[in-house]
Amino acid sequence: MNEIISQYFTWPFTIGAIYLGIIVIIRFVRWVIGLSKIDKIRILKNVFTIKTWDSIKEAVSEGLLHRKIFKTNSLLGYMHMSLAFGWFLLIIIGHIETIYHEGTMAFPFYKSIFFRYFVHESTGNFIANLFSETMDLLLLFVLSGVFLAYYKRINSRIYGIKRTTKLKSGDKIALSALWLIFPLRLLAESFSAGIHNNGGFLTQLLGNLLYSSFSLEPAVDYMWLAYSMSLGFFFIALPNSRYMHIPTEILLIFLRKYGVNLKKRFNTYSQIQVFSCSRCGICLDSCQLMNAEIKNTQSVYVLKSIRNKSLTDETLFNCLLCGRCQNDCPVGIELNDLRITQRIESTFEYNSSYEYLEHTKAEKADVVYFAGCMTHLTPAIKKSMQYIFNYAGINYWFMDEDKAPCCGRPLMQMGQYDAAQKLIENNRQRIIESGAHTLVASCPICYKVFKEDYSLPHIKIMHHSEYLLDLVYKTKIPYFKPANRIIYHDPCELGRGSNIYEQPRELLGFYTQLIPIQAEKDRSYCCGGSLANIKIQMHEREKIMNSAINEYLKYEPDFLVTSCPLCKKTFAKNRELIVKDIAEIVCESLQNQYTELQKQNEVLLTQS
Amino acid sequence: MKHIVTIGGGIAGIEASDVLAEMGYKVTLVEKEKSLGGNVSKWSYLFPNMRPIGEIEDYMKSKYDSNRFTVIKNTEVNQIKRKKDKLEVSAGDELKLIADSVIVATGFEVFDAKRKEEYGYKIYDNVITSVDLENMLKNGKNITTPTGKIPKKIAFIHCVGSRDEKSGNHYCSKLCCVTSVKQAIEMNEILPDAEIYCLYIDLRMYGLEFEELYLKAQKQHNIQFIRGKLSEAAENMDKTILIKAEDTLSGYPIKMNVDLVVLLVGMESGKNTQQIGKCANLSFNSNRFLQPVDPHLARNNSSQAGIFLAGTCSSPMSVKETLDNARSAAVEVHKYLMNSDH
Amino acid sequence: MSNKFGFDISPSRTIDFDKFDNQILQYVLQHESSFMTCMSCGGCTATCSAGNLIDFNIRKMSLGLRRGKPESLAAEIDKCMLCGKCILVCPRGINIRNVVMLIKKALVKFNPKNDERNN
Repeated sequence: MNEIISQYFTWPFTIGAIYLGIIVIIRFVRWVIGLSKIDKIRILKNVFTIKTWDSIKEAVSEGLLHRKIFKTNSLLGYMHMSLAFGWFLLIIIGHIETIYHEGTMAFPFYKSIFFRYFVHESTGNFIANLFSETMDLLLLFVLSGVFLAYYKRINSRIYGIKRTTKLKSGDKIALSALWLIFPLRLLAESFSAGIHNNGGFLTQLLGNLLYSSFSLEPAVDYMWLAYSMSLGFFFIALPNSRYMHIPTEILLIFLRKYGVNLKKRFNTYSQIQVFSCSRCGICLDSCQLMNAEIKNTQSVYVLKSIRNKSLTDETLFNCLLCGRCQNDCPVGIELNDLRITQRIESTFEYNSSYEYLEHTKAEKADVVYFAGCMTHLTPAIKKSMQYIFNYAGINYWFMDEDKAPCCGRPLMQMGQYDAAQKLIENNRQRIIESGAHTLVASCPICYKVFKEDYSLPHIKIMHHSEYLLDLVYKTKIPYFKPANRIIYHDPCELGRGSNIYEQPRELLGFYTQLIPIQAEKDRSYCCGGSLANIKIQMHEREKIMNSAINEYLKYEPDFLVTSCPLCKKTFAKNRELIVKDIAEIVCESLQNQYTELQKQNEVLLTQS
Repeated sequence: MKHIVTIGGGIAGIEASDVLAEMGYKVTLVEKEKSLGGNVSKWSYLFPNMRPIGEIEDYMKSKYDSNRFTVIKNTEVNQIKRKKDKLEVSAGDELKLIADSVIVATGFEVFDAKRKEEYGYKIYDNVITSVDLENMLKNGKNITTPTGKIPKKIAFIHCVGSRDEKSGNHYCSKLCCVTSVKQAIEMNEILPDAEIYCLYIDLRMYGLEFEELYLKAQKQHNIQFIRGKLSEAAENMDKTILIKAEDTLSGYPIKMNVDLVVLLVGMESGKNTQQIGKCANLSFNSNRFLQPVDPHLARNNSSQAGIFLAGTCSSPMSVKETLDNARSAAVEVHKYLMNSDH
Repeated sequence: MSNKFGFDISPSRTIDFDKFDNQILQYVLQHESSFMTCMSCGGCTATCSAGNLIDFNIRKMSLGLRRGKPESLAAEIDKCMLCGKCILVCPRGINIRNVVMLIKKALVKFNPKNDERNN
């Protein structure tokens, strides 16, 4: 019996490894073949350039070292790194050790994996000793990660994570096998060390300890078999488990560097992104829906449902698309766009045609002002903008003062891209016809779609926070000494959505005292009012809004400033903090200065 | 002698204090402002019979001028503590009162119309609230818009900050409908040539003679009632206001340029009520008003023994209802003190 | 019988609560219960960006659906631009955009022409 085992114990590992290799190669080939023609050309163009080297560097820093997870959560980062990087080093150094020992590179691959089963000579040589001690150190390193992983399952709170992701059966097999691999390796090597004295500090110690109370000879082969089987099981379960993310993430890194990108419809690149998710659960922590007790619609669950083909509209559309999770995702998965792609798939059957849209005449002007639908419900913003335009003597046309179609962005957030095109075309023609050189938008939702989806050559597209800053620099409007302490709330579509962080801050620097806060710029909160979520109920939105307000109140600001009518409207529900738009701040300052000047003039008049 | 402390010197506080004083109790009324009277001084004439508010004020003045009870002004209560079977009411370090019973009569605040930004209050000059209009009516018969024009077209907007999830007030403030009808009639009397519109969601003429007032408004005063909620207002170059609503009975959207918009602001539980309620550990209802222990049988009993509620701190009320409620609070206090004797 | 008194009540003019075509309504309510809380204030219709451009009354359309009269629902619902203004004015906090998306979906789902695909 023992003879059979000693002859065949490597087979489970070998079969598993070959199976895994074949499956991964088939999948990768299928995925790459499935890419669009343009993407394939991109790959061919870039494969022999510096980009490949960059990809390798990123694969090491992200795939093995997990640098980004480290940044957000060092304990979680250590867990991932010790498992991935530790295992990687075990394989590499184990292989070098085998080459050193064999004096050749021609030996079966399994030999380096089961090195201590085959090589019994007790070590004497310094280099051989160094190898065995290093290997034990690495094993300890990996085991510490395994221990943390066990503990994470029991108590995820130590990681600062409120929740860890749920598992399906394929994952359970792979996870159990993975958890067994290294303890079994430790035991197998310790058994051998106990018998043959060929271990390092850890395995030798454990081996001696065990050997002093048990006879290890009859069990040692079984132990190595168990180790081999755990490896084999893991490899076979891997393609149908979340651990598929390990090879897929590497492929993703390369393709992304080569310039492959997401399309409007779900394709194999989307699939690669979906399979790259390691379900680390960081997105659960980023998600503000948690504040409203919505706990099963987060990105990690959406990606999982896409894999299992069980995605429902209730999950898909219960998301603010605020982009916080995308910002935090250590794998760099484009979570927002992936979700929108799914929304396109879910709603493509009922795109509206908007045949009723008529072309209405444009006014000639230098600047087109598009307030946006929402801004008509926050008249302080549009009135401020009109005041400032007049103050600065700008020849502007208020395009949607009376009527205009919606910008199209809310439709896009629902996945209705075809429908949105109709609105975009109608607005676009009028903007071009106006002959304006600049388009100013007050609503970040409009701003983003103008910037990304309206083809407006030679027209400068600006959010009003950028535009007003420009007016200050061009000395078209004056500024005054800061008076009020304020907090600036970054709107999602302007901040994470369009990367406009500095301009509003710079502008506010001229008119107020800006308090720096923890949750700002790419870490900023969503107000909870996002149009991207159609499933959330009003009282849930309120919870999200209130938790943001409570955070802001800690800084005791005079008021909260934002630059989005929707944020303003959402925050207006709170009774604690006054909310103003950035345009109001500027306008009020101009008006105050105007009355000051009037007073001074009166004084001068009376004196004369 | 048993001592009762009343918090709040509006009509509810005065009336309850006076009734108890007449019964022979020692009463101290604490008011945070420099004068008594509270919100009632904001009104001009009372519905449904257009009684001048001065008469109510005179009545109140006669009560507190009688010196039957002690009045402490300019003092804000910030703590109510239970000391054995007594209650200690304090306002900072300056004032500490030991009471056998406390009446909370902290009243209401009117809804801050700035919170409905789309209606343009304090953004557009010619958008005012019903309280602003009361003040104008009180000050005489020369009604002009804030921009100095004699209004030819006026729109009254009902339910501003009431029955509105967006304002956080789900309840009906119940008095605004009849106030609107009253003010519309008054405006018609002063400006017979003006076109007057009331935009309502549901007309709630709950009181006796209220429906008659509505009828009178239609019959004699040519007031037009349109069933539809104002969605937003915009300002024209000439400072007139463009309002948008749907005439829900005909199913057509309406647009109207008016010289004056009057927002019928509802009653909210104010900051003082919130503060007193919290410091005395009283129960609130979901609309932020103080919650009586039994809405039918013990309307004046707060969730804490010995502390009683009088007037609009527990729900929106008219002047008449407030006075009724204050008197019933006095009776409840009396019953409580009689029983605690044994 | 129906002509007994010399006039005819056209069946299409009557809301017959005994024969209620509520397939789409049920679908919408199942996924968005707030739909039932409408008090017909008309705020949504007044503020509507699409209604500003063309004859489109979302309140009436929704009421029709709740009353078992979903005529021309498909043509009407197509006018909505999903801009979201209605949500910001609705005093009952109805998730109107979700209602619109659900109706659109239901129209495809319960369209007899699509039966084959759905099965």
